[in-house]
Amino acid sequence: MFEQLFQFLVTGITVGSLYALVGLGFALIYNASDAVNFAQGEFVMLGAMIAIALLDAGMPLLLAASAATLLTIVAGLLLERFAIEPAKGASVVTTIIITIGAGIFLRGVALLLWGKDFHSLPPFSGDTPIQLGGATVLPQSLWVLGITVLLVALVRAFFNRTLLGKALLACSFNRVAAQAVGINVRVMLRLAYGLSAGLGALAGILIAPITFSSYEAGVMLGLKGFSAAIIGGIGNPMGAVAGGLLLGVLESLGAGLISSGYKDAIAFLFVLMVLFFKPTGLFGHQLVERV
Amino acid sequence: MKTLWKTTLAATLLLAGINLASAAEPIKIGSFLTVTGPASFLGDPELKTLQMYVEDINAKGGVKGRKLELIHYDTGGNAKDAVNFVKRLIKNDKVDLIVGGTTTGDSMAVIPDVEKEGIPFISLAGGVEIVEPVKKWVFKTPHTDRMAVAKIYEDLRKRGLTKVALITGDGGFDKSGHEQLLKLAPQFGMTLVADEFYGNKDSDMTAQLTKIRATDAQAIINFGFGQAPAIVTRNIKQLGITLPLYQSHGVASKTFIDLAGEAAEGVRLPAAALVIAEQLTDADPQKPVLLAYKNKYEAKHGPVSTFGGHAYDGLMIAVGALQRAGSADKAKVRDEIEKTKGFIGTAGVFNMSPEDHMGLTLDAFKMVEVRKGAWKILE
Amino acid sequence: MRLAGFYLFAALVALLPVLFPDNYFVIVIGASAGLHVILAVGLNLLMGYAGQISLGHAAFFGMGAYASAILTTRFGWPSLLALAAGLVATGAIAWLLARPILRLRGHYLAMATLGFGIIVHVIMVQATRWTGGPDGLAGIPPLNLFGWSVEGDLQWYGVIVAAMLLALWLALNLVDSQVGRALRAVHGSEFAAQMMGVDTGRAKTQVFVVSALFAAFAGSLFAHQQAFVSPDSFNLTISVVAVSMIMLGGMASTFGAACGAIALTLLHQGLVVFEDYEMLIHGALLMAVMIFLPQGLFVGLSQGAQRLWVTLRQES
Repeated sequence: MFEQLFQFLVTGITVGSLYALVGLGFALIYNASDAVNFAQGEFVMLGAMIAIALLDAGMPLLLAASAATLLTIVAGLLLERFAIEPAKGASVVTTIIITIGAGIFLRGVALLLWGKDFHSLPPFSGDTPIQLGGATVLPQSLWVLGITVLLVALVRAFFNRTLLGKALLACSFNRVAAQAVGINVRVMLRLAYGLSAGLGALAGILIAPITFSSYEAGVMLGLKGFSAAIIGGIGNPMGAVAGGLLLGVLESLGAGLISSGYKDAIAFLFVLMVLFFKPTGLFGHQLVERV
Repeated sequence: MKTLWKTTLAATLLLAGINLASAAEPIKIGSFLTVTGPASFLGDPELKTLQMYVEDINAKGGVKGRKLELIHYDTGGNAKDAVNFVKRLIKNDKVDLIVGGTTTGDSMAVIPDVEKEGIPFISLAGGVEIVEPVKKWVFKTPHTDRMAVAKIYEDLRKRGLTKVALITGDGGFDKSGHEQLLKLAPQFGMTLVADEFYGNKDSDMTAQLTKIRATDAQAIINFGFGQAPAIVTRNIKQLGITLPLYQSHGVASKTFIDLAGEAAEGVRLPAAALVIAEQLTDADPQKPVLLAYKNKYEAKHGPVSTFGGHAYDGLMIAVGALQRAGSADKAKVRDEIEKTKGFIGTAGVFNMSPEDHMGLTLDAFKMVEVRKGAWKILE
Repeated sequence: MRLAGFYLFAALVALLPVLFPDNYFVIVIGASAGLHVILAVGLNLLMGYAGQISLGHAAFFGMGAYASAILTTRFGWPSLLALAAGLVATGAIAWLLARPILRLRGHYLAMATLGFGIIVHVIMVQATRWTGGPDGLAGIPPLNLFGWSVEGDLQWYGVIVAAMLLALWLALNLVDSQVGRALRAVHGSEFAAQMMGVDTGRAKTQVFVVSALFAAFAGSLFAHQQAFVSPDSFNLTISVVAVSMIMLGGMASTFGAACGAIALTLLHQGLVVFEDYEMLIHGALLMAVMIFLPQGLFVGLSQGAQRLWVTLRQES
């Protein structure tokens, strides 16, 4: 029984770290723009699909992964420049719809470029499962966990130690004040999109060996990543990571202990409960409303 | 001079007349498929097959001197769109017959309209309820989910395995297979010791499989299609579960073996002979038909899929009926479809009748196993 | 002015089948569009006037549909009774949900409604014995209005147009009523509205329930029109499409919502001929309209028309 529980936890943390990475991307863009980028899941998908395409064309894995990440960052910057920036000053709901449209657009592009098939990346270090005290874990999952921890630490250092990171955070606290002290808010926003796209792409490349990628792969991950960011308190990058892990563990426990058919319903019920008792997420700052 | 003029005029008129007479109306075949969306794994090869063979038939002169025109719509998996598109095909595009309906949900949704308007409809979906009870205008070409389950249970019984664990997805194909698994279990002496589910978009099923591992199951049956069964197969290997794994015909294509990798070794499933065409004896009448389809499809599109094969069967049965009827008259074509006998398709040999609008028997399904990364027929 | 527009619109939709008899696009797609209009107009009361985001309204649409489907198919209830029961059940659930959910703001509210929509969808898929699972319920008996059995596309066009006009009329009146004014005050500034003595909690709950009822009503009609329901018609994509409709048409405008609903329905039918390019075009169009006409097509076009009118008058 305990062995089973342990396996559920291990699985949950593995899946949860995927959500955490995607959620981190949501938190970053929200911080810089007060709007959620619903195309974040598509960045994840693009990273994986481009890497797979390059690999199939003969590039070695590391080069393909790096190139894919860079290309996705470019896609993120283009998205910001041509879809978000022209609509600056638009309401939050309008920006949300624009990003939803962008997500659909990117999916349409992927559909045309790569068709409807499923594709996979080879695992980074083989697929012999590792025994971990009664539970088994794939080596790729350890890669996902490890690199997530690394990226989270880097993002944290970026926000706390570098001037650029602090400038980005300043935009989320008060955009006018940030502009007043000379921060170029437009550049910050573009940076945020680029960074999120890069994080998303890395997540996609890490995940592709475990789950498969296709033009639609971004939808579910985007949804879960958004939920992770919300549970953690949107705007709090560490909160998004915690939210992702929590969501993954809950899903796994729900499937294992209660009902595998209803596990998604259970997970979202939990999300609703969190929101009812903590309306700004577990670690979110209190929303201050201007009267 | 005058004679030359007259002759030229007469010749021109004659030529014009001939052209007018042979500019016959094309026969319109309507289709609605899930080319994008959750069941695109099924619908995409279906569309590609239909397009490929309509082009092929037209290149060879068409049917009774008339070209075929394929008008199709993508339902994206939404049954409401299926109904609207069928109405569009009938009312607006004025098609003569319909070959389509990738999913059971889509097919069932359009049956009332098809029956009311009186247009022959050949469905490409697996649900047994499409042709049971028999509806006048509705036919289908794939094996039913009930047959797939019977085939699996039959094989289990042969191996002396009676305690089965189920793990099923949340799509229509998955659930209707699941329903049959529950229904037919007592008949074959099967006891179901576990009944787990996953979402077709999930990335990990180890939680469900861990539960199954703790039971006294002797075999696992995973009824689904697309990428999820490949993940299930890999998870099973990852958890070190050595129980025999049965899949459904939803994954009877090379794509599954590619995605599941080494974990697919030893997996068994019921499949149309298409996937093991080369392994049939030369005397088998299906072999030439299968190889022709396989080579043609793979030259253009990549690994062949049995679902594309169902579309081939549907189209060819329709074409055969059109030829026998001598016209596109809906009632005549319907009668001829019903009279299809001994038609060798990719799914088997079809013998339709007023009581049987599908025409396949259980032995049209072959039990196959993955050995060394390829399908091997079991006999 | 508004009422004149309403009568004009009513006359137009009534005349369409006469001008274009037996036309698929008018009768079948028109009926589809009509149901979308009811859904969109209801959602617009919540999002446009009260300023509350909902990404889960397909759930209420589905509740009405499944209530009608299950009660008439599995229990043999008369269709009008089933429709009423569906409205009552949906209204009750919306009312229970409203208090906790409407305390949330912005993205948190979006997430909560999204989560609710997903929970309902999962139930539709998994509770096979009741809902028929992913393949849904077929063979729903026709809608029976006091002895008249609604059958055939033309009759359904008539019924849906009537229902749509009723919904529009209700929405227009609501907006101008005391409740409507309270709602607009809430949208402007909830805090200020509270200071003025508006019971914002109650106002928001009322509009939430009303918008859910609109959706459920459309859902019940949908179930009988299609004679078939399945979870595919009530998922997150549909909720997002509903929101797109009111955004496209123009939020905070009942006619805008109607306009957006009709436009998107027609667009889908039109784009389907582009096959694999449909998704790309759809996404690009959505982005383009939101970037260049953020106030929506209806408002944007009518503003443009007004400016043209003024310019022309100035010229002469």
